[in-house]
Amino acid sequence: MKREADFDELARYTGEWMRGEGPESDIVISTRIRLARNLADFPFIRRCSDEDRLSIERTVRARMESLTDQHWEAAQYVDLEPLSEIDRQLLVERQLISREIAESNGSRAVAFDAAEGYSVMVNEEDHLRIQVMKSGLDVKNTWEQVNRIDNMLEEVILYAFHPRYGYLTACPTNVGTGLRVSVMLHLPALVITEQMDRVFRSMQRINVTVRGLYGEGSQYTGDFYQVSNQVTLGHTEADLLALVGDEVAPKIIEYERKAREALLKNNRDDLHDEVSRAMGILSTARKISSEETMHHLSKIRLGISMGLIDQLDVKVINQLFLQSQSAHLQKLQGRILGTAERHARRASFLQHHLTGKEGLWN
Amino acid sequence: MKCQFCEKPATFHITELTEPAGPQVMHLCEEHAKGFLHKEASPPMTAIASALAKQLSQGSDDLEELDQKECPVCGISFFEFRNSGRLGCPYDYTHFEADLRPLLINVHDKTEHIGKKPTRSAGTADSLARMIGMRREMEEAIEREDYERASEIRDELKAMEDPIAPPANDSDETS
Ligand SMILES: [Zn+2]
Ligand SMILES: [Zn+2]
Repeated sequence: MKREADFDELARYTGEWMRGEGPESDIVISTRIRLARNLADFPFIRRCSDEDRLSIERTVRARMESLTDQHWEAAQYVDLEPLSEIDRQLLVERQLISREIAESNGSRAVAFDAAEGYSVMVNEEDHLRIQVMKSGLDVKNTWEQVNRIDNMLEEVILYAFHPRYGYLTACPTNVGTGLRVSVMLHLPALVITEQMDRVFRSMQRINVTVRGLYGEGSQYTGDFYQVSNQVTLGHTEADLLALVGDEVAPKIIEYERKAREALLKNNRDDLHDEVSRAMGILSTARKISSEETMHHLSKIRLGISMGLIDQLDVKVINQLFLQSQSAHLQKLQGRILGTAERHARRASFLQHHLTGKEGLWN
Repeated sequence: MKCQFCEKPATFHITELTEPAGPQVMHLCEEHAKGFLHKEASPPMTAIASALAKQLSQGSDDLEELDQKECPVCGISFFEFRNSGRLGCPYDYTHFEADLRPLLINVHDKTEHIGKKPTRSAGTADSLARMIGMRREMEEAIEREDYERASEIRDELKAMEDPIAPPANDSDETS
């Protein structure tokens, strides 16, 4: 395990999990699994003194450093407390840490391998939050990796575990397995055909949570939805993984595929027009917010998946999603930017990447 | 419309589907929406709030009494837990066991873990509680610069963490 990270370098690359490959990657952005764990001999974070938090951070760091596992060698351990706000935000944008831990105070840290797509947050809501992300719908491999990290840490850290309630967590909604499996889906066709409500309703009877992102009024519509297990206690890990990965996600993917087919059949021209307009705006705008960027990138992503744009790779779009975010822009620019500067910088960044090559238009 | 968490305008409207509360719309600014989305999907506060509300509506005269109940290890009151949705230490699952049970049923519909188990364990809930107490004692010893006592406790803790090592002298019995 290394004790430093090069954030300028980090901003320049996308993680493996964003490469836009993997099963069902035309619809599924990523699979993420996290495990919540706590040390046996400390109070939970809420009742920790500053000394407790420091002591947890030091204990965990020392134990992690004692690991000789070859997969752990590339891990970088970063103390979040002395880190600049922009570097913390960079880690948030890469989903290596949560916004909560970025904005909290006191001793806290993260061990991560950006390329491998795993991170272990220290002193988040629980003492340890182990998470692994993979591109596409890949619950099996994601679980194998997170489970392996958990087993490895368990050898050097004594967890708070109760024979009846399982892994004990600060919030009772995570107790038991401490497991949350989340699949991030891109569902523009279901949104365009106004079928999301139906999907929501059909999911409500199952133990899953669906959450979506909407823009203001009718101006922007978010097309990204996350599906995850709602319960953590009283089921095996295998059952929870199967619920999301084998049952719910494939069903939603199937709905989205059908909606896309119907759109191509009935509204191909309208769709092509919309995708082309999105491309036009991102290629020519001089100022743009991240919200508007996301909206248009979503349409372009759909256009690529449906063969309406053929000289642009979905990988590039994923990269633009990541690097057009505020901290990434500023990191790539090498300085702090105000809001207006950011909007201008974002626009020229997008323009450069979308029009840098010839013949983007189909 | 303003963001639910700050003064900035709410430009994102996130629909949260939770059982049993049903869909809930959250109005957030760009910053908070991002944090919200990147956070994992379970909204513990909504789940806990609705479960507790259910418990309350079932008429509990003893609520005031329950609110004052405190964990002997970490000192958290049930009132503080109700307000924050976060417990104070692993022993709370034992100390507030009967009080948490309806909530666990509400949230998970189950009360028994059947998944993965660690290969090592601290043993009983009581030994977990004792370890937290000992660590506190160790910090106090360090504070009053009684390093000898502090290192004694540290060794005891280490022995408790390592199931293979022989049990250390029980500080509860000797003190
Ligand atoms: Zn806000
Ligand atoms: Zn407690």
